Amino acid sequence: MAKTLFEKIWDKHVIKTIDGGPSVLYIDTHFIHEVTTPQAFNGMNKRGIKVFRPKQTVATADHNVPTINQHLPIKEELGRKQVEALIKNCAEHGVELYGLGRPYQGIVHVIGPELGITQPGMTIVCGDSHTSTHGAFGAIAFGIGTSEVEMVLSTQCVLQSKPKLMRINVEGILNKGVVSKDIVLYILSKISASGATGYAVEFAGSAIRSLSMEARMTICNMSIEMGGRCGLIAADETTFNYIKGREFAPKGEAWDTALAYWKTLHSDNDAAFDKEYNFDAADIQPMITYGTNPGMGIGVTENIPTVETINETDKSGLGKSLAYMGLKQGVAIKGQKIDYVFIGSCTNSRIEDLRMVAGFVKGKQKASDVEVWIVPGSKQVEKQAIEEGIDKIFEAAGFMLRQPGCSACLGMNEDKIPAGKYCISTSNRNFEGRQGAGARTLLASPLTAAAAAITGVVTDVREMLN
Amino acid sequence: MAKQFTTISSRFVPLNIENVDTDQIIPARFLKGTTRDGFGKNLFRDWRYENDDETKPKADFVLNQPQYAGEILVAAKNFGCGSSREHAAWAIADSGFRVVVSSFFADIFKNNALNNGLLPVTVSENFLQKIFAQGNTATVTVNLVEQKITIDATGESETFDINDYKKTCMLNGYDDIDYLLSIKEDIVNYENTLV
Repeated sequence: MAKTLFEKIWDKHVIKTIDGGPSVLYIDTHFIHEVTTPQAFNGMNKRGIKVFRPKQTVATADHNVPTINQHLPIKEELGRKQVEALIKNCAEHGVELYGLGRPYQGIVHVIGPELGITQPGMTIVCGDSHTSTHGAFGAIAFGIGTSEVEMVLSTQCVLQSKPKLMRINVEGILNKGVVSKDIVLYILSKISASGATGYAVEFAGSAIRSLSMEARMTICNMSIEMGGRCGLIAADETTFNYIKGREFAPKGEAWDTALAYWKTLHSDNDAAFDKEYNFDAADIQPMITYGTNPGMGIGVTENIPTVETINETDKSGLGKSLAYMGLKQGVAIKGQKIDYVFIGSCTNSRIEDLRMVAGFVKGKQKASDVEVWIVPGSKQVEKQAIEEGIDKIFEAAGFMLRQPGCSACLGMNEDKIPAGKYCISTSNRNFEGRQGAGARTLLASPLTAAAAAITGVVTDVREMLN
Repeated sequence: MAKQFTTISSRFVPLNIENVDTDQIIPARFLKGTTRDGFGKNLFRDWRYENDDETKPKADFVLNQPQYAGEILVAAKNFGCGSSREHAAWAIADSGFRVVVSSFFADIFKNNALNNGLLPVTVSENFLQKIFAQGNTATVTVNLVEQKITIDATGESETFDINDYKKTCMLNGYDDIDYLLSIKEDIVNYENTLV
């Protein structure tokens, strides 16, 4: 029987299905971080049980870490306690921790792929919704809550109902100045922030295939913003070339065996999806959000919608959103003054993102009244950027290169955007208060964010490209 | 072990806002606890207070309006989208709610709620609007055994879905970890087929 990519992986990992209930899904790799695990470890300690498969568990500290002076103790007491609890729990349970000060530390969804831990055909979970990122390798990867973290720590399994299946095809060649972030913001603007709820989403088509691994991760990262249970892209030569030689990638004979299996992991030609969308890459322009959910995006040259022109899904929320954002219906977003630029997060903090920004800003200066934070996704990305001299380009442009962490994506650590200020951000959520109470977030690609850093206003980056 | 759940009749708190994300339910800066308790005081923190100041409740927000009370939170569609933080479910449960009613829930939130004895009840958009149209003294009955939700004043009702396994867990206060630990032999047998 013809199967989708999702079904091939799912079926292989279902240990049993409870009558009238969910399936017991075996998890190959469990990533953990400091925020969503302390209660899970407490629960296990109460039951007197240890982590069942510590070697399949990988920990890092990312959400609470400061992004300057990481060699000093974390100033904020509660955040520090969570990081300390993680250190203690990992030590007691024999879990490898890539913590602060370690060469592999970084955002959990950046380090998994760069260490070669994330591989095609795997089931991967983490107590973090952006676990969907890892699906870019042709894996089933999804975010879970803390009770589920406890289940996986205790039994390497989680109870899940099989989602419906969706495929989103993007065909054609991308326009100049349009990158993977624009693709995903465009899809979101078309299907809405709840358009994929209940579905596993496979991204396919020639425009997706043409993307690098890191660009693919940006797309799968934001599949949760559509409500998707997970996002996947079938593995191909791009995937295999990316993984080969990485720290934890299979080597020698194990590589050949793995590769032969990975090559079978694609949706069969006549496999059925419950829902399918088709988009033309040529229709996509640099995107930006104007509202308070990631589906509220427009092309950078378009006007903010009005209650008459907006889609049904966001109609009722438009007034509240725009009041929060301090923006008006029907006016151009281009030219909107911005105060902060944040280039980072599990969506866009990888070396290619930093290279893209550096290539664009080389020889340019930031606008004098804008603060620009570049936050690499991991120690390895930071090291690579310094080796390539990217740090010097940022310094010359007046950008601040900080240290790895989730930073200003989520208003949890020290890096927050002040109330009322506009931040053009390469992160994934523009919810009210996401980057700090009262902060106003405009989501965009690293290129569009870099253009705004130079001009101080929302800019069509295409006008600045040769 | 979670609380057992069979039937609840209660007044309800109407939160007629769509796409309520978990950053609104509980902002990230309040996720720093290492236990499951105490998150309720920061439920909808930034919608509840001016400038993050607990002495300045926003009068227009339902949780600050004494005419609304009860163990049932009724919200507009796509409730609980965004972050996977289980703290959102903890904060709602810690505030005394046992049920959240909406016409559409985000996946992760729904699982998190079920894992904490907080029952997510999905109703039709039409029925949701009928609940919102009730006055502040109206009560709603949620019967898990019959999988039925009723507006008590009018007798109008609708059935809702929940899978049999989760229903059994909720009715008895069982949790998934107990179940998974009980099938550990199956898990080990499965692992042995992998090598």
